[in-house]
Amino acid sequence: MTAAAEPRPILRIERLNAHIAGQQVVEDVSFTVPAAGITALLGRNGVGKTSTIKAIIGLIDRTGAVELDGVRIEKESTYKIIRSGVGYVPEDREVFSKLTVAENLRLAERDDAPRRQLVEELFPDLVARSGQMAGTLSGGQQQMVSLARALLNTNKILLVDEPTKGLAPKIVAEVAETLAEAAKTVPILLVEQNLHVVRQLAEGAVVLSGGRVVHTGDALEFLDDAELTQRLLGVSADPLAEKSAGKGAAL
Amino acid sequence: MSTVVLLLFTGLGLGALYFLVAAGLSLIYGLMGVLNFAHGAFLTLGAFAGWEVARRTGSDDWGIFLLSLLVGAAAGAAFAAFTEFVLIRRLYQRHIEQLLITLGLSLAAVALFDGIWGTDPVFIQGPAWFKDTTEIFGARVPNDRFVCIIAAVLVLLAMVFFLKNTRYGMIIRAGVENRSMVTALGIDVRKAFTLVFTIGGAAAGLGGVLASHYFGYVSPMLGGSLLIFAFIVTVIGGLGSLTGAAIAAVAVAVLQQFANFYLGGTGDFVVVLALALVLLFRPSGLLGRTS
Ligand SMILES: Nc1ncnc2c1ncn2[C@@H]1O[C@H](COP(=O)(O)OP(=O)(O)OP(=O)(O)O)[C@@H](O)[C@H]1O
Ligand SMILES: [Mg+2]
Repeated sequence: MTAAAEPRPILRIERLNAHIAGQQVVEDVSFTVPAAGITALLGRNGVGKTSTIKAIIGLIDRTGAVELDGVRIEKESTYKIIRSGVGYVPEDREVFSKLTVAENLRLAERDDAPRRQLVEELFPDLVARSGQMAGTLSGGQQQMVSLARALLNTNKILLVDEPTKGLAPKIVAEVAETLAEAAKTVPILLVEQNLHVVRQLAEGAVVLSGGRVVHTGDALEFLDDAELTQRLLGVSADPLAEKSAGKGAAL
Repeated sequence: MSTVVLLLFTGLGLGALYFLVAAGLSLIYGLMGVLNFAHGAFLTLGAFAGWEVARRTGSDDWGIFLLSLLVGAAAGAAFAAFTEFVLIRRLYQRHIEQLLITLGLSLAAVALFDGIWGTDPVFIQGPAWFKDTTEIFGARVPNDRFVCIIAAVLVLLAMVFFLKNTRYGMIIRAGVENRSMVTALGIDVRKAFTLVFTIGGAAAGLGGVLASHYFGYVSPMLGGSLLIFAFIVTVIGGLGSLTGAAIAAVAVAVLQQFANFYLGGTGDFVVVLALALVLLFRPSGLLGRTS
């Protein structure tokens, strides 16, 4: 009866397959995301991380089983999956450039009592720019909008795809801090290339290669295994080099 | 001078009709990626519905005219909503099939209208004031031009207000930009599909009633002949842009009128030339997305 002591995972993915333009981009992917903390989804460029996230919420056609909080959702359409409690922060932000910041946020509100106050506290900059077209924001500000859209609602899980991509070190630190804060109340599946951020935030790690899961386990143990990270990510995440790089960036 | 003014207002009146068709076409294409060939049929049905109102009441006063506008818009809206809900929706994301079915529907609708109202044009009477003229800088401009222009401006303002100030308007604007992200925010974008079809159909139906007064008759081919120019307007204005459609509608119609008068009836040719130039040098249209 040890299984009963393990809390049920918030997300269970079983033999997920997905194709784009006739090419298989997700192949028999199975993993679980625990009901608390941050789980990193890692892998080199083009291994299918984004495709996996999109397949989970039905943005691309898929087969297999997806279970959110014990409920099968793989047959549902995207908007219903989102409504059942998924916050999605896409790669490249995908803010609506011709809508204002305020409109971008209002569009994302699905709860009766969206957490506007929380979002205003986390991103005071967005309050000041509420009337500005989102397309004219800086990359970092757009990422704030994208994160805010997910944090406005009460979610069972957040799917966050490369939130630090292309951002200055100071903004990377801010985004990481926001995610750490969010993770106190909602589990997160995080795609992230910046291993310093992964080390700082993630508890579990799922590693993909060629559309398949090639490693799952503890995030720190994985990052500390230089040979393994070199083989699966093509970089060695030497903890000392990581830390000094992180420090250098923070200055 | 008086000829220029007359041509200008005739062009503006025609541009108003183009806009009423192109507005729906542009929004539908922008949001759903559907080239809606059935849009002309919405207009024709609206025109016949408006004509029926005039005929059955046997009256040509202003109240009946306004009622015929309302009935024409409602008929166009209902036909469009039906088209989206029953035909287009089943072919979600299959653009070729969607295009074929709207093309088929446009042909079937002409045959149906032939069957009901006959192939000959039916002539229409509006308030007597329509055929009067108003003198502007020496030109005697038929009043029905002003009615078309005012109606189109009101429709444009109403649409802009709706798009800017309502939640569904916001969903439509966002969907034109990035439809899949709208669904990824938990929004059922299909409701917006039905809505743009309904709004576009209402504008086309209204345009049908106005077109019947502008040309003086209704025929089953009325919608088809306006549709071609409305497509050109939509492309020149930039697919998905309402303001672009309004600017292009006026530009195309005025250009057409002037070329017809001064360049020996080459209006249609000049319009197609303008389309070619826009496609060559500004493929996304005047105000289209530049991606
Ligand atoms: N729209 C598309 N058309 C064709 N192929 C695609 C499309 N989108 C993704 N792919 C392919 O699918 C594979 C997986 O892409 P995906 O975006 O999921 O990778 P990723 O792990 O997120 O990469 P990155 O780290 O660069 O973001 C890649 O080989 C990519 O070229
Ligand atoms: Mg990716």
